[in-house]
Formats: sequence, C-alpha cells, structure tokens
Amino acid sequence: MEILKRASAGTMESSDAYVEIEPASNGLNIQLESVVKGQFGESIDRTIRQVLSEQGVENANVRVVDRGALECVLRARVETAVLRGKGEQ
Amino acid sequence: MSKLVKSIREAVILSGLKDGMTVSFHHHLRNGDFVLNMVMAEIAELGIKDLTVNASSLFDIHAPLLNHIENKVVTGLSADYISAGLGRAISQGIMDKPVQFRTHGGRPKDIATGKTPIDVAFIAAPASDAMGNCSGKYGPSACGSLGYAYADAMYAKKVVVITDNLVSYPLQDWSISESYVDYVVTVDAIGDPKGIVSGTTRITRDPVGLIMASHAAKVIETSGLLKDGFSFQTGAGGASLAAAKFLKEIMLQKGIQGSFGLGGITGYMVDMLQAGCFRNLLDVQCFDLTAVESLRNDPRHQEISAMHYAAPGSRSAVVDSLDVVILGATEIDTGFNVNVHTDSNGVIMGGSGGHSDTAAGAKLSMIIAPMFRARMPIVTDRVTCISTPGKDIDVLVTQGGIAVNPARVELRESLVAAGLPIVDIHELKEKTERITGKPKRIPHGDKVVAEVIGREGNLQDQIFSIL
Repeated sequence: MEILKRASAGTMESSDAYVEIEPASNGLNIQLESVVKGQFGESIDRTIRQVLSEQGVENANVRVVDRGALECVLRARVETAVLRGKGEQ
Repeated sequence: MSKLVKSIREAVILSGLKDGMTVSFHHHLRNGDFVLNMVMAEIAELGIKDLTVNASSLFDIHAPLLNHIENKVVTGLSADYISAGLGRAISQGIMDKPVQFRTHGGRPKDIATGKTPIDVAFIAAPASDAMGNCSGKYGPSACGSLGYAYADAMYAKKVVVITDNLVSYPLQDWSISESYVDYVVTVDAIGDPKGIVSGTTRITRDPVGLIMASHAAKVIETSGLLKDGFSFQTGAGGASLAAAKFLKEIMLQKGIQGSFGLGGITGYMVDMLQAGCFRNLLDVQCFDLTAVESLRNDPRHQEISAMHYAAPGSRSAVVDSLDVVILGATEIDTGFNVNVHTDSNGVIMGGSGGHSDTAAGAKLSMIIAPMFRARMPIVTDRVTCISTPGKDIDVLVTQGGIAVNPARVELRESLVAAGLPIVDIHELKEKTERITGKPKRIPHGDKVVAEVIGREGNLQDQIFSIL
C-alpha cells in the first residue's frame, strides 16, 4: 500500500501521540520523540513498525511525537494516519 | 532609633554579609516572588561570593539563581522543594556541592538547633511597620500565613524585612515581631499577586480522579478515625480536593465535627470550616485568596509557624495530633517508599515539603495517585528517590485498587470487611504493567546532585545527575 499524501493523526496532549506520515520512495524513515523514550523507546518503535507492516506500508516518512500514549492509543494513531495518507478518509 | 534603610543594598552592607555566609528566604510569595531575585542581584553586584542560599522552597521565578551559581556567588543550596525549571539545571549538575533537601519540619529544626545557621534572613513582608512588626495578611501582595519565615526571623544573626506596604507603627495583628528585626527596607513591589496565590483550584471532573477520591473518602470513613474531633490535611491537587468534597458530605450527613484542618490551606478547607466540619484551621501557608481572606477575618483560622506545624524533636508539633493526611506521589515502590522529589526520568521537580512530616505524624497517611501517568506506572520496584520512607505510608489509593501497607493488618481487615477493592501492591504493579508495558530503568550519572535529609536528620537518599 502506498502513502499518497501527507496526513496526520492524534494530538500533543499528555498520554496521546501525534503522528505525521508522508510519501517517500526509499523505505521507512521513522523519527520518534517521546517523553518515555528511555523507558519505552524500543517498544514504541516496534509498535510503529508493526502497524506499518500490517497496513503494508513499505515506503514512508513517519514522525511520531509521543506524549506517553499507551500501546493501544499509539497503534490507533499510527493506523489512522496511514489510512488518511492512503486517501481513504 | 530607626531601622528603615533606603535600599536593599544598604541593608546587605549593614548586615555585614561576607563571602561564605548563609542567607535565607521564605517562599510564601511562591512563583510571584521578586524578593529573592532582587536581594541576590544586589549581593552579586557587591561582589560577595560563595554564599549558601537556604530557602524554604524555590520556584521557576528564581531562575536568575542559575547565573549566580555559574558565577560562584552561590555555591550552596538548601530547600524543602525546588520546582522543575531550576530542578532540571541542578539535575544536569550545575552545582559542585549537592543541594540539601529538608522537610518543612526539618528545616526550622536545623535552623533552631544551629545545625544550619543563617547569617542574614531576608523576609518578604506584605505589610510591615518601620520597626519590623510584619504580617502576610495585609497589603497588595498579601500571601496570608508567614509560617515558613518564623524560624529564619527568630534564629538568623541579622534579619532584614523587605516590604512594599509600610504602615504606621504599630502594625496591628503582626505575625513576626519587631524584636527579631534589624532592618526594614521598602521596595515598589515584593511580588506579582498573580503568582503569589493561585486562583481557585478546581475539583477534578476526571472520572478516574473521582473514583480515587471516592475510594479515599471511604477508606477514611472505614478507618475508625472519622468521629468528633477528627483532624485532616489534604493537598491542593484535583483528586485530593475531590476526596475532601466526598469527606465533607459524609461529615455533614453524619453530623461529625472535626477538631482542625491543617496545612497548606485552600478555599476548600475554608468551606469545610464554614460548613462546621472543623472547629479550627491551622495554617502554615495559604494557597489561594479565599484562604488569605479567611485567615485575615476569621479568628478560628489560625496562623502557625513551620516549627509548630511539623518540627521533629520539638516538644510537640501539630502533625503529632493529625489523624489523616492525603498526599501525592510521582512514584511509590512495593515497600511503600514514596518519591516526590523527581519525575520518572530522575529530574528534580519538587521536594518533600511537609510530605514526610505529615506522613510520620498522621495516624493514617494515604497516597492518592493514578495507576499510571503518561504511560509511566506509579508503582515501581524501587523509587528513584526515597522522599518519604514506606514505614510512614499506610495506604495507596488508585483507580485499580487500594494497596495497604502489610504492617497495617487491622486496617486492611476493616477495609476488606467494608467491601473496598483491596489489592496487594505487587499485584497492583503487575496489573498496571499489563496495561503500560514494563518500563526499562534509565541509567543515571555518577554525580550526587542532591542529598535528601530525612526529618530526623538522617541522610535518607541521594539524587544523581541525569545523563
């Protein structure tokens, strides 16, 4: 699945995450900022990659500003950003 | 004789302040305080170096201290609470000597016994006469109680009162008497009223907060302490205030009249006084304008010094007569030790204040905290910093259950019998981590940036630099 346009999801509120996604041609480029990077950085990165892979996204620039989102919240925000980037809503 | 001097600079010179001495400040003007910065700027210009600043608390408005630290004007810091702005720089290792954290009771005790002598105390006063009889209750910068300034006034070698509201002699209803004061200085403004007192703190509407508050009130009701003569302290956080609201309803419904409300007093405690829940309020610090007005006008609302509030090893302090205290935590571990000094990344953002004092004194000390904040579980294996030792904490109330200190067997049994959701603290930790994931421990640096001195004078913990 291809990301066709720039899209975003989520907020910068505490316990949420803000996700931006845009088209790219050279694989996945994930940029992560997180208030809990030291404690959960690897797990957050893994979650983002899992959702992208489930959605069949192979090329995209993804920027995530995590404000301490639970994994379920993070998944939902990434998935929504992907769907919007595919032009589905 | 005249104690009036024409400037802060002149007062500093007359006080005999020299390199290596200790100056002190109180924090009743909180994040609206101008006095510490004005005084330290004059001291720096006079070229005095190597000072220790002993402040009852430091707030972000005191950021200019960082320059004085870099320039070696200030080489020692002692406080009961340091907010995040300054705390981050301290955690990054800006000081050569570790900061000394004390409790609100330990600080005046150490001043009184000469363990931490003060050379010159600078006392911001919302009202003073020319001889230094002063009060926090009156004037454009009114802050209410001056509880934290008493020990400084009584035991410092020299005392300078700084006011923006000089009244004719004698000031009626003074808090600190002229007999302790050497010099009086007038300035245009001692603070910004907007930062001195907060607006009305709102009771939480967050359902998680309300669940915790309702559990907290039920724990108090079940504890056997809620009867005529009941005494109570709570914080100004949304969930703590909601707990007080539920408690008020129970007290009014059952016709219980308590003896006193203690603390940091908010408008909510004033409401409880006026509703007949307490006979008195004992007030070491006012948090809002309602509290200031009540302290000024209602004789049942009494100002107390920090020593009277909480000093350990004194003949007695009010905390020794306290039934219940509701407190917060950034972390609590499975041994019930509580951290209120740092965030989960180890960065200084607070301090004990009266946390350890009230926890040690109260018959029931309760922590209210959500199971996690921004994905960080509240319960850990070992807190980043022990602010209050677990032996003084009886109950942790979260939305996911109530954990009782295993040493309090009877309390646990009565809470179980009352049908409250009791959970072992280890189970609570696991239950939380099933939601958040298990956080990795962050490594810290090697440098000790702060020493946490327990209320009995013991070195309770050390805070390390961040990487």
